[in-house]
Order: sequence, then C-alpha cells, then structure tokens
Amino acid sequence: MCDGHNHSHPTHTHTTTRVPVAEQILSANDRIAQRNHSLLHQKHVYGINIMASPGAGKTSVLLKTLEALKGRLKIGVIEGDPAGSIDTDRAIAAGMPAVQVNTGGECHLDAVMMEDALSQLPLDDLDLVVVENVGNLICPANFRLGTHLNLVIASIPEGDDKPYKYPGMYMGMQALIINKIDLLPYVPFDMEYFQQGVEVLNPGITTFPLSCQTGEGLDAWTDWLVEQAHAEIIPE
Amino acid sequence: MHELSVTQSILDIVLQHAKDRKVQQVNLVIGQFSSIVDDSVQFYWDIIAKDTLAAEAQLHFKRIPGEMTCNSCGHVFHPGSETFLCPSCESSAVRVSGGREFQVDSIDVE
Repeated sequence: MCDGHNHSHPTHTHTTTRVPVAEQILSANDRIAQRNHSLLHQKHVYGINIMASPGAGKTSVLLKTLEALKGRLKIGVIEGDPAGSIDTDRAIAAGMPAVQVNTGGECHLDAVMMEDALSQLPLDDLDLVVVENVGNLICPANFRLGTHLNLVIASIPEGDDKPYKYPGMYMGMQALIINKIDLLPYVPFDMEYFQQGVEVLNPGITTFPLSCQTGEGLDAWTDWLVEQAHAEIIPE
Repeated sequence: MHELSVTQSILDIVLQHAKDRKVQQVNLVIGQFSSIVDDSVQFYWDIIAKDTLAAEAQLHFKRIPGEMTCNSCGHVFHPGSETFLCPSCESSAVRVSGGREFQVDSIDVE
C-alpha cells in the first residue's frame, strides 16, 4: 500500500501497489480443522491422526490398538489411502464403523476430507475416532485435521536419521511411537542419535517404543491413549 | 504432491485480497521447515490461475533458513542436515527458533 511505484511503458503508465496480506497459506484448511475439532469436542469424541511413512506399521499399530481398546472405548476409523479399501475392510471386519477416504493422487488428508468422513460416522455412539493418514512424511504435516492428537509412527528399519530429514513432521506431533523395536538387534539404528533429533524438534514429546510383533510396549501406549481420551471426552 | 492444494490456497487468498485488481506479483515467505517445491507451485499456478486476475502474477519466494538457538551457550545457528548439535559448544540442548514461516506476505497489484 505504501511502497507503490510508477513505471512507464511506451504507450501507458501504471502504478504498482503493494497490499499487505500476512495470511497463513493454509488458513482456510485450519479454519475447517477448528470446526472439526469443535464437533469432536461437542460430541465428546477424542480424535487421533496417525502419520508415518509407508511401511512404518500404521495399520499394524492401529489393529493392535483397536484390539486392546475393545470394551474400553467405542471406536470409529477413518482410513486415508490414495486408492483401495484394504485397511477399511480390515477395520470393519474387526467390528468398527469405518470410512474410506480415497484421496485420488493426493498425498495427505485435509480438513475438508476429514469433515466429510466425520459426517459419515455415528459420532454420538463413539468415544474415539482414529484417522490413518496417507503414508508420507512430508505432506500430512502441513494439513491439520482437527484431531486432539497428532501421532507419528517411526520404525527401526526406516533408519535413525528421519527427524533430521523430515523436521516438519517431527515438529507437528504430540506423541511418537517407535515401532518394530524387535528388529533393533538386526538393524543399525542409533536410538540416542534418533531421540536427540526428536528432542530438539519437539522437546518433552511422549514416546512409546513398541513392537506389534512381540507385543512389547503396546500396553504402555494403549493405556496412555485411554487416559488421554478420558481426560478430554469426559467433562470434569 | 501437496503443492496443488497449497497453490489453490495461495490463489484463494490472493484473489480475496486483490479485490478486482490485476495481480502482478505474489510475495510468499516460506521457512525451511515448511516444505514446498517452488517450481511445482509455479507449475500449478500457471494452470489454475489461468482465467483469473492473477493469471500473469509472478510468484516470489522469500526463503527463511531453519534457525536454532543453543540453550546452553545462546549461540544462534542454521542446523546442518545430519545433526542439530550446537556448532559452538556441541550441546544437544537446542531449540528451533526460526524457519516455520508459511504465509502469503503481500501482493503487488495494479
């Protein structure tokens, strides 16, 4: 607005005006995410958004978690995948209401997809909605969905350098699972180096090392999740 | 691949602020910890802005490097790609102090 300038062309003159904007690029997404969050809050439903690279074990963690929470929380599932409904079919087979979101080519879920999926779940009958995001360590980090918890699953075979390579993802989470710890004896993975990176990006983050294969560490994770959900969904 | 939805969001913001004026330049501020690929955004821009007042707008990316501050000695530095240790005192007690920017800063209109 203030630092406009004039410049002349042979046939005409025009003025350039600078208009200050200062708006977050994803502010529209964030507004819908906030709406989703309010809806969950109003329905007393706790929401978690699981993010990880393909192959980190999102589905295994999800299925183990659903199994462990049976009888403790009523759960609905939102499955984001570029294509197919394999994971949704598994969740439905396990007795949960589940919604499949096919993103087409998109590499992440966004708040609009989340809003649409929430409208298809029986929220009045649920305590917990678990969203399995598209496997990707870059894109989902930018798009808030409106869940209470952003969970990242790292896994031992992926390597210990992931926090350094994908800092955005590791900054945007509120809890971290380190999956496949049964592979630690066979795969080079410097836990101290990994956790040092995580701690810088996300000081004091709650971390759960576990193995879906052996079951080690699963209880600590699921007990904590139930505690978190109760703290949010049952009003004092 | 998320650049298409990012570009759409940028275009929406720009057109809203342009208020029927022709847009010449879009000034973006992007921190190192917010990842987008410039060329990819420009590619999508050329497609989706085609029939709008922002069709000829140039996208200008101001990149802000990632910045960390050492809690032990106060040193401010740009982290390397393999370690976040303070280059001055080698402490791991450092925090992210810059590089999260992801906004449309301003637009230049006619």
